[in-house]
Formats: sequence, structure tokens, C-alpha cells
Amino acid sequence: MNTDFFILMKSEMSLTLMIFILLILKVWDEIKDNTTWLYLVNFMLLLNFAIGFMFNGDGSLFNGMFQNSPTLALEKNILNFGTLIISLLAFDWLKSHKHVPEFFMLLLSTLLGMFFMMSSGNLLMFYLGLELASIPLAALANFDLEKTKSSEAAVKMILLSAFSSCIMLFGISFLYGCTGTLNFAELPSLLGSGHLQILSLILIFIGFAFKLSSVPFHLWTADVYEGAPVTVTSYLSVISKAAIAFVFISTLSPLFINLQSMWYNILFLSIILTITVGNLFAIRQDNIKRFLAFSSIAQAGYILLGLSAGNQMGSTAIIYFLLVYLLSNLGAFGVIGLVSALADKENISDYKGFYKTNPMLSWVLAISLFSLAGVPPTAGFFGKMFLVTAGASKGNYILVIIASLNMIVSLYYYLRVVKAIFVDPNENPIAKVEGSLSSKVGMIVCMTGVIIVGFASNIYDLINQLTH
Amino acid sequence: MLSQNYIALIPLLPIISFLFIGLIGRAYFPKFCGLIGTLSLLISFSLSAILAYQFFFEIGKVNGVYQKIIALKYTWLQFTPNIAIDMGILLDPISVMMIVIVTFISLMVHIYSLGYMHGDHRISTYYTFLSLFTFSMLGLVLSSNIFQIYIFWELVGVSSFLLIGYYYDKPSAVAASKKAFIVTRFADLGFLLGILVLSYYSETLDFQTLIQRLTTNGTYLSGIATASFLGASALTWGLMLVFMGGAGKSAMLPFHIWLPDAMEGPTPVSALIHAATMVVAGVYLVARLFPVFVMCPIALDIVAYVGIISSLFAAIIACTQTDIKRVLAYSTMSQIGFMMFALGVSGYAGEEGTGFMASMFHLFTHAIFKALLFLGAGSVIHYVHSNDMKDMGGLRKMMPITHITFLLACLAIAGIPPFAGFFSKEEILTACFHANKFIFGAAVLTAGLTAFYMFRLYFNIFWNKDFKSHHTHEEHHHGEAPKSMLFPLMILAGLSVIAGFVPFNKFVTADGAGFETEFHLGFAIGPVLLAIAAILLAWKMYAKENSMSDNVSNSIKGLYTSAYRKFYFDEIYLFITQKILFNLIGRPAAWVDKNIFDGLMNLIASITETVSGSIKTYQSGKAQDYAIYFFAGTLGFVLLFIYLWI
Repeated sequence: MNTDFFILMKSEMSLTLMIFILLILKVWDEIKDNTTWLYLVNFMLLLNFAIGFMFNGDGSLFNGMFQNSPTLALEKNILNFGTLIISLLAFDWLKSHKHVPEFFMLLLSTLLGMFFMMSSGNLLMFYLGLELASIPLAALANFDLEKTKSSEAAVKMILLSAFSSCIMLFGISFLYGCTGTLNFAELPSLLGSGHLQILSLILIFIGFAFKLSSVPFHLWTADVYEGAPVTVTSYLSVISKAAIAFVFISTLSPLFINLQSMWYNILFLSIILTITVGNLFAIRQDNIKRFLAFSSIAQAGYILLGLSAGNQMGSTAIIYFLLVYLLSNLGAFGVIGLVSALADKENISDYKGFYKTNPMLSWVLAISLFSLAGVPPTAGFFGKMFLVTAGASKGNYILVIIASLNMIVSLYYYLRVVKAIFVDPNENPIAKVEGSLSSKVGMIVCMTGVIIVGFASNIYDLINQLTH
Repeated sequence: MLSQNYIALIPLLPIISFLFIGLIGRAYFPKFCGLIGTLSLLISFSLSAILAYQFFFEIGKVNGVYQKIIALKYTWLQFTPNIAIDMGILLDPISVMMIVIVTFISLMVHIYSLGYMHGDHRISTYYTFLSLFTFSMLGLVLSSNIFQIYIFWELVGVSSFLLIGYYYDKPSAVAASKKAFIVTRFADLGFLLGILVLSYYSETLDFQTLIQRLTTNGTYLSGIATASFLGASALTWGLMLVFMGGAGKSAMLPFHIWLPDAMEGPTPVSALIHAATMVVAGVYLVARLFPVFVMCPIALDIVAYVGIISSLFAAIIACTQTDIKRVLAYSTMSQIGFMMFALGVSGYAGEEGTGFMASMFHLFTHAIFKALLFLGAGSVIHYVHSNDMKDMGGLRKMMPITHITFLLACLAIAGIPPFAGFFSKEEILTACFHANKFIFGAAVLTAGLTAFYMFRLYFNIFWNKDFKSHHTHEEHHHGEAPKSMLFPLMILAGLSVIAGFVPFNKFVTADGAGFETEFHLGFAIGPVLLAIAAILLAWKMYAKENSMSDNVSNSIKGLYTSAYRKFYFDEIYLFITQKILFNLIGRPAAWVDKNIFDGLMNLIASITETVSGSIKTYQSGKAQDYAIYFFAGTLGFVLLFIYLWI
């Protein structure tokens, strides 16, 4: 067992280092220019992403409080990659913002929290990571400082976060009461029966369901997504959701392995509710951020579907899907963020005739939406296919049929946006939006990814090997 | 032998030129597209000529028998260890002969079109389609795999569709292209089924393996011969279905209705596709699978009888038509009928294979003189601006070169020695004489009719009354067509004279080994005299303006009218499709679709809409409401799972 502190915690340390560098530079107060800040941060994020590929280790630290493995390293890489793209896409919004370094300090803190949460080996550590991940997020949601909607979003988020944390802590304390330990290594064998254990399972699950915005704990999502700045929304819907899904795979499923049938029942109900309700709400939305919020609720349902398989195939499918989802969702948010930052338009009806003035951006948005809807040959199709296949491996075809039928509904509302862009006539379409170089790079990376990840089967094989 | 790469270039050059002209040339230098296409085809033709020389004289023959050589093979889709779709090149006497014909005629047509299509604003599109067609046709004849041939078969159909509908602003051209596509597509369904039947029993798609397995005694042959369906063996069914596809492309009864209408395309296209190359694909297909056909006499008989009936039928119609391209179209159908029944009466080995050899020989000579006839007709149409022979007459003075070349072609098709058609037709008649006296009689009659209607055409165009132009600006017509059009005419005319002397019996035979044929003067003299008599009759009736032809047609009015109306085939098809199929199947299906399926879908959609509208109120926007729902959800989960679901 390799217990080298510096190797096992390299991702966390690199993030911490970045936070402190930003803090010191801010206090030093020599960098006046936002562009410099942004290039500096993007460069550091790139370095951070690169570090993720070096010196991988497998082992645990601090009496099993912290652990790392190749799968976790891959998951952290995906999150690092997503954060980098978000930072690239945020360029146009942040370059006129007054608090650039603070934004990134908060952002990186939440990422750090997620990393600790994913790597935790103890429920206490885990809870610490969770709180570190969620409190700065509420502050970030308020980052459009002059907009009341943004503040409203932040308040709602922090209140409901606290509420869900309460419930989860309640569950954790029950668990401790039943078993007398919070260590992941010891817990699984002690669990197995008793209503109290099931109750604690349900309560902990609900805490996560809230984060993943699974129905009926999803209500905060739409308001927060709509109010928060687009960059934060994209972070919430991609990175934070992916982190929770990773925790589900690597921590919660193994933890409650002895309560598997109950675990499956809870998932079963959540999947049906989440996919269906998410889709039904998405049909009605006119604000494009709200629309993506509800569509991301439905997507979360599909993630749970992969999880319900409860096997290695399901884990592979989820990680693969999340990579694809990250690329396609960030592609869509990239365009929306640009339009929101430069033209201040956020309604689907504003996008009518968008193709006339912004053909390239229209294609980026359309391809992203196609990928989200799972239309071949985009990567989204393969992502969904693997998830559904994994879900079917359990033999519960009702679930798979409901999920598949919902894909048709989702195709409808995704295409509604595409139709508005390409077909609907408009006298005054959004004027030509000229993004910065870094946002273009971000979108190109996303689009390349959406197309290549679908065809390069070795990516799936790689993930498959790591999850073994 | 040419290396693989050069052989692959023969079909690849046209596709390269297709892509190049279509993607780049059309937009940037439309004027030069014709030249690019022509040049690429010139190279392609030169390569095929070299390949043919090497194949026939240097390497093709091993121990006196021409081999089947796989020059190139690339496994494209591997379904099972046994069944794969390959893309390959198969060289044997017939495929080598075919690539020479295809590239040569296509080259002639490319050159001719430079003049004929001059000034057409879509000329670059025209050459794009022409390149695509040439590629598909070469791919078809070189196929080493029965599925590959099917793919190219369809591609040929598509390019034919595009070219027939080239004048897309003419409703008749659009209708004709649709008709051609639908009719041949319908026949191709049979082809596909036939492929499936044959490959199911032989467990392969590869031509050589398939032929080998279905012609040698063993489990494969006994399997396909004993399985029976509706009184015929699977082998018969498979071959009949394959032949159905061939009959569709080759315009045999009852799938012939598209060919006359296909004349709506530009005339050089008719020369290339609907006379010399694509329409003989059906003959080629039967020839390709000929060893298998030999195993099944019933299938061969069907081929023979369909061939002879189509041939006679088309010849009768051709005598009554006045559109010169339609006359040529029916004549094509009739000549292809000759090739078909020659295959049908043929045996396999040695001299029994005379029919096969004669069929290929006739395919070869027919391609040359029929292309010449069409191109000549094109020149005439170019000059007169009409297809109808009533608008023509006396053109020999205005267009001396076209006149002479057309005359040579007519003599060739009529079977007058020593022109090309004489030799091939003689071989066909010989083969029939030995095999089937009924077919022989009908064939001789058809040959006589051929001479008659061809010279009816010839005299009506070039003699008869004097030409009166309908155009006021006559000074634009300086009579003869431009040089780029005359050049192919002259080359083809020269070949029509000498092509008959090619010793086909040495080169292209069913079993690959050559055999000796003897020339029987006594046997040849009858058909030739009949042809001369028919020509004289045509001269008497049409060389001068007179009422004789009207008198004749009045005296056999019933037959004449029905032949003029093409024996009402179009009307029958229209009745079947529109009245029966549309009313009995189409309309009820449409009703079910519109009311039941659409209604169901609309119902689901409206339910979804309503539900989605009604749950919208839960999203109130108040944080305290959300907390309540959250709590209620938690409580619900706990109650549900702890008390109910254990």
C-alpha cells in the first residue's frame, strides 16, 4: 500500500495551493487587469488538470479517513477538466466583473470540498467535504451582485441546503447509533437489517437526492439555476452533479451493499419520478436556463438508472455518461452564457432566428442539445445507450421502458429549442455575438469531445478497466 | 499484368472525377468540368484497354482456359465467418469485355456531349452525374461479390434516375425518371430476395465460392435443389428472383415500361445508359451466374421465353412509333431480348455454349452500333429540335456525315454482312436453331422486323419528303453537327463495320475455353435475304412520300393501334396501381394511420401537455413551500419504504 501523503493527496494539495496563490495575489493587489487574472487562473487550472494525470497512487491516509484509487483519480480528472472548460467559457462574463479572484477562490473551494467528499473514508470526513462543497456554492450563486434574482437564488439555496444537511446528519447519527462506527471500512459488514438502519439509509439518500436534484427534492433547482449567473449554473448542473454521482458510485453503493434490495427500491421510485417529472416540467419552460435545469433533473434520473444496475457495468456507464454530459452541457451553457453576458437574453423565444446572425454558435448549441437528447451519432447517444443497457442488466424492463419513452419526450423539448434557432422567423434576432478566444477554445473542445468521445471506443474501454 | 493499383484506378477515376467536379469544379470552373470528366475517362479507358490486352493475350489463359482472377479484395463487412460483403475486382472474360465497352462508350458519350450539351447552364452537373454513372457501372461489372453487385446495381439505378430527370423543369422528364426508378426498384426487390435465397443455401456471398458450391454435387447443391416452395425448388426460385432484377434493368417484359419513357433524358445519356451499358446489366447478371443457371433448366427456359417474347413484342411496337428515340428504345429492348434468349438456349461446355458466346458477342456489337444510332439520332434532334419523324425527312443533304454513319449502323443492326450485327446475330440464330425451333422461328421473324423498322426510321429521317425547317433563324443551322459530335460518330461507325470480325468464340465463352465455329453459308443466306426484303419493303413504303404506309396501317387497324399504344401496358399498370392498389390498400392504410395512430399519438401528447401544465403550480417560488414539499417527500419515502415495501 502506497501511503505517500504527497502522491495520494496531490489533487487536493494542488487545489489548496491555487487557492492560496490567488489569496496572496489578491492581498498583494498588484494585478489590476481582469484579463490577466483570467489568463493566470486558466493557466493554473490547466496545470492542475495536467497534474491529475501524474503520479497516481492507490491507498489511504489518516487511519482510513482519506483514500485514493485510480478510479477516483479519473473522476477527479474529469471534474478538473470540466472546471477548466467552465473557466474558459466564463471569460466574457468575468472580464467586466469586479471580483474575479474571489470567484475562483470560492469555486476552487467547492471543488476541493467535492474531492474530499469523494475521497473520504469516514462519514465525518465525508460530511465535512460536503459542507465545504455546498456553502461556497451558495455564495457563488449570488455572484451577479447587483441582481436581486441572484441573491434570491443564493438564499433559497443556502436555506434548503441547510435543511437537507440536517436530514442527512440525522441519518448519519442514526447510523452511528446502530453500529458505533463511521468508518467506511467497517460499516458495510455491520449493516444488514433493522428498521433504524433502513431509516438512516433513506435519510442519507435524501440528502444526496437533494444535491442531485432528484424528485421530489428538486424544487430548489429551477429557481437557483435561473437566478445564478450562467457560469455558476453550469457548474452546479455539471460539476456538482457529477461529483455527487461519483460519490454514489464509489462510496454509497458499497456502503449499503447489504441493504441492496431496499437501495434498489428507493432508486426505482426515484428514477421514475425524476425522469418523468423533470421532463414534464422541462416542456413548459421558456427561460433557457430553467429549461436546462429541468432537463438536467431528467438527466440525473438517467444517472440513477445506471446506478440501479449496481454492478461494474453501471459504474462504467455512469462515468462515461458524465463525461459526455459534461461536454454537451457545457457546450450548451457556453453559448447561453455568451448570449447572456453580451446580449442579455435568456428566453427561448429570444433565440428565434439565431441561426441567421450566429450560425456557428447555433450549431454548437444544436449539437449540444442533440447530444443531450441522445441523438446519434453524437456522444450523448452512446452515453444514454450504455446507461439504459446497464439498467436493463438488472432485468427490470418496466424501468427501462419508462426511461426510453421519456427520451422521446425529451427529444421534443430539445428540438423545440433547435426549431426556434433554425426555423422560426424573427424580425429582430439576437445580434451577432463575438466571443473571446478562450470561450471559443472552450466550445471547440466541447464540440470535438461530443463527436470524438462517441466514436473512440477506447475511452469506454479505459473507464471499464479502471472501474474493475 | 497491371498492378492492383492501376486496375483499381479504372473504376476509381470516374468517382474521383465525380467528387472533384461535383464538389469543387461545379462551383469554381463550370466551363472545364466536361474536359475534366472526359480526360479522366480517357485514362480509365486506356487502362482498361491495356488490361484487356494483357488479360486476353498474356496472362488470362492457363492451359487454354480463361481464368477468373481476383485482382483486388477487401473485406468490408464481416457478418459471420462465412458471410462477408467484400469490395473486390473480379476479372474474367466477360467482366474485362464489359469494362472495355463501358469505358469506351462512356468516353465517346463524354466527347459527344461536349458538343451536344454545349451552352447548357447545368453542363457541370450533367458531367457530375455522368461520372457517377460510369463509376457505378464499372463497379457493377467488376464486382466479386453478389452483394457488391447489388450495391452498384442500385447506384446505377440512382444515376440513371438523375440523368433521366436531368431536364427537371419538364414534367414529363420528372415523371419518366420516377417511373424508371420505381419500376426497376420493384424488380430489384426480386433481385435482393434472390440474393438472399442463393446465399442462404450456399452460405456465402462471394461469386466464385457461390458458383462453385452450387454447381458441384454436394450438400450445398442438394440442399438448394431439394428445398421446394410452391412446386419449384429453392434453386429455381432464387434464380428466377435474380432474373427478375435483371429483367427490370434490362427492360424485359413485364418490366419494360420504363425504357421508352427514359428517352426523356438527354440523348447522349440514352446512348450510354439506355442502349449500350446499363440496360445490358441484366444480361450481364445472368451471364455472371450462368454456371448456376445451367444447373436449373426451368430457370433457363424462363430466361429464353421472356427474352424472345420481349424481343418480338418490342419489334412489333417499334414498327409503329413515330418518335425516333422511342423507336430506338424499343429496338434496344428487342435486341436485349436477343441476348437473353441466346443465353436461355445455351449450354455450358464447349460448342454447346454457342448461345452464351453469341449473347456476349451481340452485347458487344450492339453496344457499338446502338450507341452510334442514338448519337446519330442526337445529331438529328440537335438540328431539327424535334423527336418526331414527321418533322424530318430529306436530311441526307444537310447532314451527310451523320447520314452515312446512321446508315452503317442501320445495316449493322439489320444483320447485313459484313457489318457487325450480322455476325453476332448469325451466331445467335445458329444457337437457337440447334436448341429450340420455336424460338428460332420467332427470332428470324424478329430479325426481319428489325431490318424493317430500322429502315423505316432511316428513310423517314433522311429521305421521304424534303426538310422544311420550322425555325425562322435558319442561318444558325449550318447543317452538320460540331466536330466533337461527329468524331465519336465516325469512330463508332468504323467499329460497326469491323467489330464483327472479332473472334469471340476464342475469347468469351461460358467455360473459358475457346471453341471453333463454322460458318454455314447456306444457313446465313435465309435471314440475310429476309432482312434485304424487309429493307426493300421499307424503301418502297417510306423512301418517297406516299400513302402506302397509311394504307397498310389502315388495313390492319386493330393490330396497328394496339401496337402503337404499346399493347396498353401502361394503361394496365396504371389501372392496377391507381385503381386497385391505391384504393384497396393505400387509402385504408392512410385512414388507419391518420385516425388511429396519429390520434393515439396526439392523445398522448395532449395528456403530457395537460399534466405538465397542472403540476407547474407546485413550483411556487417560495422557499418555505419547497421546504414543506421536501419534508413531505422525506416523510413519504420513510413511510413507504419502512411500512409498505418491506
